[in-house]
Amino acid sequence: MSYLARRLLTFPLILLGVSLLVFFSIRLIPGDAITAMLGTEAGLLTPAQRQALAAYFGIDQPVVVQYGRWLTGLLRGDLGVSVTYGRPVLDVILERFPLTLELALLSMLIALAVGVPAGVLAATRKEKASDVGIRVLAMLGQSTPNFVVGLLIIYILSVYFGFIPAMGAFTSLWVDPFANLGQLIFPAITLGFAFAASVTRISRSAMLDVLSDDYIRTARSKGAPGRSVIWHHALPNALIPVVTLSGVEFGYLLGGAVIVEQIFALPGLGRLTLDAIAQRDYALVQGSVLFIAFNFLIVNLLVDLAYAALDPRIRLGAR
Amino acid sequence: MQIWRAILAHPTGRIGAAIIGLYILLALLGAVGLTPHDPLQQFRIDRLKPPSGTYWMGTDLFGRDTASRLMVGIGQSFIIAFASVGLAALAGSIIGLLAGWWGGVADGVLMRIMDVLLSFPAILLALLIIAIVGPGTFTSVAAIAIVYTPIFARVVRGPTLSLKRREFVDAARTFGSSQRYILSHHLLLNLVAPLTVQVTLALAWALLTEAGLSFLGLGTQPPAPSLGLMMSEARNLMQQAPWLLAFPGLTIMLGILGFNLFGDALRDILDPRSQERSS
Repeated sequence: MSYLARRLLTFPLILLGVSLLVFFSIRLIPGDAITAMLGTEAGLLTPAQRQALAAYFGIDQPVVVQYGRWLTGLLRGDLGVSVTYGRPVLDVILERFPLTLELALLSMLIALAVGVPAGVLAATRKEKASDVGIRVLAMLGQSTPNFVVGLLIIYILSVYFGFIPAMGAFTSLWVDPFANLGQLIFPAITLGFAFAASVTRISRSAMLDVLSDDYIRTARSKGAPGRSVIWHHALPNALIPVVTLSGVEFGYLLGGAVIVEQIFALPGLGRLTLDAIAQRDYALVQGSVLFIAFNFLIVNLLVDLAYAALDPRIRLGAR
Repeated sequence: MQIWRAILAHPTGRIGAAIIGLYILLALLGAVGLTPHDPLQQFRIDRLKPPSGTYWMGTDLFGRDTASRLMVGIGQSFIIAFASVGLAALAGSIIGLLAGWWGGVADGVLMRIMDVLLSFPAILLALLIIAIVGPGTFTSVAAIAIVYTPIFARVVRGPTLSLKRREFVDAARTFGSSQRYILSHHLLLNLVAPLTVQVTLALAWALLTEAGLSFLGLGTQPPAPSLGLMMSEARNLMQQAPWLLAFPGLTIMLGILGFNLFGDALRDILDPRSQERSS
């Protein structure tokens, strides 16, 4: 069986595993959804009212029956109703997703725009001052938690520029692109910081690998100008590991950046899930976690395909 | 001890080792109570004091000494990081070894379970576990251990697959060595190098994750000092008392940097291929 076919076959299996894990683990959380939803007022409910509410949200059945119902609903694209929002889970998720997607794309853009040139520069100036400087910065970038970067950015903005990034209600890109960018640029820099550091390190080591290859020596001895050798001959091959790394990181970012969303008060997928766990909103936690895992797996699959497209030597079946 | 000499001769390995050594010393001093002040004592008249001769790194909103709290906080972070990575390495190695050794269906099932765990963002998986068990030190250890187990399983499984076809394994079997003996003595010993590198790098990630969890208020519970929690408490005071943000931030960063530098150096030393690339 080819590698690709095997990947496609295991895909639904892993999703099924994720669904089982989420469904049953969230039911281990102490406390019930109705009490979490109504707070102290839950104490005022008559047993009959409580029963009716449980039936409405489908949580009165045995767990296995609930799982079966949820799974068949899934196949119809129905993720159930959120107890907290009183609306279909999929609607709530899709409302938050554009922000998360935009933030992930913007962070990746920053990481690649900074990381690839920095990595290439470091590789071509190996052991010179600029290489050492870039490596030190990249190491620091990888070692700094994103909340430290985020708080530092907020501190600099507020103390030195008297500017506080707009928080709260999210402005869509289509409504007001400038306001939207103003809201997302600093969180994106925060996330892009460590991401750029990883891209720099991997670009540098991939570039060093490629630069020592025979075909680069051939190109040089044929008199190809140094810059052309680096950008046209070496870089395309050095980009292969960069694509893999960026894909995996991007896949994780699509899961929402809980901490950065918290610092910048952004209503993204990460905070939605965090709040849903706190609220015991079973349907919402299940839905969002499954959605996140699905995105992650899809992105990884695409990375594998891109990998094959970038490197004709790789025949997926041969791996 | 050859490995220590190699690390100390390595330019960044030396720095990493020095940072880790310093942190362990500070944590030990904090653990036996040799801090400048009592980390929990509130000096009410000295609230929000900037760094000075008495309070080297200033005081917080309750008049507690930042430097003393950092020392204890480092210990707390290190205990969680070492315990969780130790557990993850143990569980991951066993799973990876068995998957690689048995092959076939068992391998498929075990590794797909690892894939399921890997398809969650780390912090989200940890949050789910904390929601079930409730926050605290032991929960943080368990959550971080579960998050990093699949990585160790993968690191061990690959080499196991190729090692088990090697002649020395056949030889051991011919001589009648038990399966357990072959796994623990022949295979595991050959995996020490990649595992050591992975453990050091995982310690850096574990420190990151622990700091993130306690920043969200889901790790170490107050009033016990923890680096992430100190940052989170300093958020609303950043204008009046920037030192409350600066010192814990630098402490976290430097600690993680130490393990990253140390891990990179170890990889250079133990994996000759990567050395050609980076030096």
